[in-house]
Amino acid sequence: MKVSLKWLAEYVDLVLPVKELAHLLTMSGTEVGGIQERGNGWTGIVVARVEALARHPTAESLTLATVGLPGERVTVVTGAPNLRVGNKVPYAPVGGRLTDAHTGKEAVVEVANVRGVESRGVLCSEKELGLSEAHEGVLILPAEARVGQPLAAVLGDTVLDLEITPNRPDCLGVLGVAREVAALTEQRLRVPDLAYQEAGPDVRGLAQVEILVPGLCPRYSASVIQGVAVGPSPSWLQARLAAAGVRPINNIVDITNYVMLEYGQPLHAFDYDALLGRRIVVRQFTSGESLRTLDGIVRPLEPGMLVIADAERPAALAGIMGGSETEVTGRTTNVLLESANFDPVSIRRSCRALRLRTEASSRFDKGLSPAITTLALRRATKLIVESCGGRAAHGVLDVYPLPRDPIELRLTPVELRRVLGIELTPAETRSVLSRLGCVCREDGRALLVTSPEHRSDIRIPADLVEEVARLIGYDRIPETTMAGHLPEHAPQPMRGLIERLKDLLSGCGLQEVITYSLVGRLLLGKTHPEAEPGPIDALRLANPMTPDQEMLRTSLLPSLLECVATNLRPDEPGLCLFEIGCVYLPREAELPEEREILVMAMAGPRWQRQWNEAPAELDFYDLKGAVEEVLARLNLQGTRFNRIAEQGLFHPGRTAAIDWKDVRLGLMGELHPAVARNCEIRVPVFLAEFDLEQLLNAVGVDFLRIEPPPRFPAVRRDLALVVEERVPASELLEVIRQAGAPLLAGVELFDLFRGHGLPPGHKSCGVALIFRSPERTLTDAEVADIEAHILEQLGAVIGARLRG
Amino acid sequence: MEALRKELETLQAEALELVKKSVDAAQLEKVRVSFLGRKARLTAILRQLPTVPPEERPVVGQLANTVKRAIEEGIEARRAALGSIPSDEILRKDQIDVTLPGRRPSLGRLHPLTQIIREICGVFVEMGFAVMEGPEVEWDYYNFEALNIPEDHPARDMWDTFWIDPASARTSTPMLLRTHTSPMQIRIMEQTRPPVRVVVPGKCYRYEAVDASHESQFDQVEGLAVDEQITFADLKGTLHTFARRLFGKDRKTRFRCDYFPFVEPGVDMSIDCFLCKGTGCRLCKDTGWLEILGAGMVHPNVLARVGYDPARYTGFAFGLGPARVAMLKYGIEDIRFFHGNDLRFLRQFP
Ligand SMILES: [Zn+2]
Repeated sequence: MKVSLKWLAEYVDLVLPVKELAHLLTMSGTEVGGIQERGNGWTGIVVARVEALARHPTAESLTLATVGLPGERVTVVTGAPNLRVGNKVPYAPVGGRLTDAHTGKEAVVEVANVRGVESRGVLCSEKELGLSEAHEGVLILPAEARVGQPLAAVLGDTVLDLEITPNRPDCLGVLGVAREVAALTEQRLRVPDLAYQEAGPDVRGLAQVEILVPGLCPRYSASVIQGVAVGPSPSWLQARLAAAGVRPINNIVDITNYVMLEYGQPLHAFDYDALLGRRIVVRQFTSGESLRTLDGIVRPLEPGMLVIADAERPAALAGIMGGSETEVTGRTTNVLLESANFDPVSIRRSCRALRLRTEASSRFDKGLSPAITTLALRRATKLIVESCGGRAAHGVLDVYPLPRDPIELRLTPVELRRVLGIELTPAETRSVLSRLGCVCREDGRALLVTSPEHRSDIRIPADLVEEVARLIGYDRIPETTMAGHLPEHAPQPMRGLIERLKDLLSGCGLQEVITYSLVGRLLLGKTHPEAEPGPIDALRLANPMTPDQEMLRTSLLPSLLECVATNLRPDEPGLCLFEIGCVYLPREAELPEEREILVMAMAGPRWQRQWNEAPAELDFYDLKGAVEEVLARLNLQGTRFNRIAEQGLFHPGRTAAIDWKDVRLGLMGELHPAVARNCEIRVPVFLAEFDLEQLLNAVGVDFLRIEPPPRFPAVRRDLALVVEERVPASELLEVIRQAGAPLLAGVELFDLFRGHGLPPGHKSCGVALIFRSPERTLTDAEVADIEAHILEQLGAVIGARLRG
Repeated sequence: MEALRKELETLQAEALELVKKSVDAAQLEKVRVSFLGRKARLTAILRQLPTVPPEERPVVGQLANTVKRAIEEGIEARRAALGSIPSDEILRKDQIDVTLPGRRPSLGRLHPLTQIIREICGVFVEMGFAVMEGPEVEWDYYNFEALNIPEDHPARDMWDTFWIDPASARTSTPMLLRTHTSPMQIRIMEQTRPPVRVVVPGKCYRYEAVDASHESQFDQVEGLAVDEQITFADLKGTLHTFARRLFGKDRKTRFRCDYFPFVEPGVDMSIDCFLCKGTGCRLCKDTGWLEILGAGMVHPNVLARVGYDPARYTGFAFGLGPARVAMLKYGIEDIRFFHGNDLRFLRQFP
């Protein structure tokens, strides 16, 4: 909300420099988002009086305006159609600075020759002064402006841009802000004079008000003014509205808007004579009715929405927008002015259903205090009587079926200390609260506090504690360290596993990525090799923002592949990526299962081209190595990689299931070439996916025994074994391990050879056997014995033999 | 006789010392020549032998030979030890280009959000807080209702919400993507009794137009401490300590009043702008202060809702955005980089 300091100063003395005032407001909860100095750029611009107007000798649309300044007269050529002799106008002399109306940039005024007539200076429009976009005519200044006075002294102002939090609807008007400033700076508030001449007949004889749904309309106040002259507003009022960004319409409507900006209370003016039966009925909309709002649109109202009706039909959408048939027009002579209070929930629901928000509704839906209806009503009535003519009826209509009793809250020094951690005397507390308009009674050490009626947000003692804290200033509260026992914390095994995995994976050279949890159909279409993905069982958003974020992912792989595709660039190192995050699996009438998943991807060159390494591409075994290392570090002993086919987006010949005991921990393999092509990836990609729930079950099961360092030397024997292709390496090694136990301490496959010199369909495996005893140095004979047994078993079980 | 013996012993000690200090064959040869050569001192002593009384000659002769052998052996041993090592002169010619790039181990990196969340949580863990996590898909009840934000409350405008389509959620109870980590305040208090000290990192979502400072998906770290005798002063002390640990010990903090429906009094904590040191710049929008987190004393309605007696227990809660912290810390201008996962961005982090 923009607040003019000039306007603010009408209600409270501003005793602090602007910056200090802004700081005080910000610290106490009303954040000042910006301070605009209006008039800073008006160099040389002064007030002039239009003395004479003459037609330009050759150009019909131009006027020669002679304006008076102290001690001189100047003639200016202008195209403005709105000048009258006697108008006070802003005059920019030659050398003055203003905003060029066409370019929007700052320009210096020069002597101009306009169609043969010399023009010395410019009479400025609002746009040229940077006040608004209006450029149809010259800005007419208030008559009180003195000739020769700098324009900044007349129109210059400082405007604060305030952020009013939803709990403070009382600050949605300048008066409310003034009240806050008065409390903060310990100044007195000057409230507007509400007395006016009630020259008309008794209002009760002119109209009746009935509230059929008091729950939705706690209070309805109205006044009637007869014989008004609808026309333009006085210039001071127009200037105020313009400063607040409200477009002037006519004096009646402008006054309702002015009072809304002043009190925060929206008002509505009806054409009294258009109200059938001279009645106001606050009721709910019923089917079969219709309402055309001020903007000319017939609104699709729903039964139950609150309307203001006359004796027969809806006349306004309560608290949101008036109706066009009862609107104040140039022909209106009698006015019924409404100042009411509406239930915020009802207003919000209607606005949401109609997709319509107005200045009025955005105030009502915060929950205004019903106490201010009559104040704002009298203020507006007074302004109408003073500036539109007419006679105000005697008295106002005020239906207030369920007036709220003021609540008295009990506040003790103990409570203040318990929450704030400081000692405050009842006297100090009382003085602070009084500044806000609270009425305090003492009851021993306690205070019984009645908050002012415009502060409907103060309902419980905690609300008073906050008021005290923000008024004395948060700076006064000390900084302490929490006392008390440390709570006992339940272990978080999944969190622990995830943190450990992140460390291990980054240690293995993988870069962590974090992708969006929301995915779109387009992405999922790419990663499903089959032509038609079929319905995906996923949670969908009711209100997606974009089509690429319309549902919650059920797999991390599509997003990771997208990440691979966008990051594969020529001449850059290959990609080694991982992500740990949730998939969201729908459940019946429950929150979805949020399952933690780890995915890994590798693709491209194994390393950046470098002078001392031959180029190489990342392959299956790079990824497998990382997987093996991570599983080993988690002490998962005996994990197995079993080749499997037909697994979603994996290559059917190059995919392994990763099993531990009878638990499937995950999958790894090469990306199916068809999916790779869909994703526009031109190199092989290797992927792994782990279900961390399963991994967590496996971690910590095996006991990790740490052995002392070996005391006796190991003996190493290398064998070249020829075996049929179909025998997997894991089987060969397993036979060796079993046959070599217990003195075989390790076995390593260090070479793999296929081709020349081998029988067809065979391969040769270079295997290193490491023998060691914890008790003695092994003799050659002992080692030879075990070796012979191993070879015998290799031959018997898998048909392997030494290469000749 | 005795003088001669002393001289021989000194000679041996001197010779062996020089042998030890020799670093190449040339130096050793010099030592040999000066001690054992024809003009050497030992040779001179042996030449004096005829002047020694005959009965002492064998003893002195034997001693001289022992010394001679010891020096010879010392030289031989040193020569063997130096054996294969070429001289420095030769080594100097055997150069490598020390400016060629090294073979760097390929270490991975944690995502900057992971790093900053760890850092944030780490500070609170040192202060006795536990780290917990909770669901990202939530009930309206936990995200709003239980946090003192009933349906149609004006404050709901502060959180634009992604709602889950009821058909796909298979329930008519309103389900949403949590707009903040605050629902975990309720879940934690429902499950435990005071004292509570917990921080909750996690993903949050808002129905917001995406721009350089707004993302539809972002992270938050929530904090909650509830016990008897926890005060606003404790809130200030704890969060000030946090700010100093994370941003440096000279960091100043500013606490100002702000509004969140689930706390009262509500707080907004800023730190002094580390770019301009508080004088005002573009980063701090000329205020000299950078907003870091929202906080406040847990609202009595929230305590009562989870069955904590508000007359007995008090507490404070806070929430902050790790992305904002990282942006401030590294001068990052666009929040979208974090989930953009462009490796040219991610690889710049430590
Ligand atoms: Zn700054």
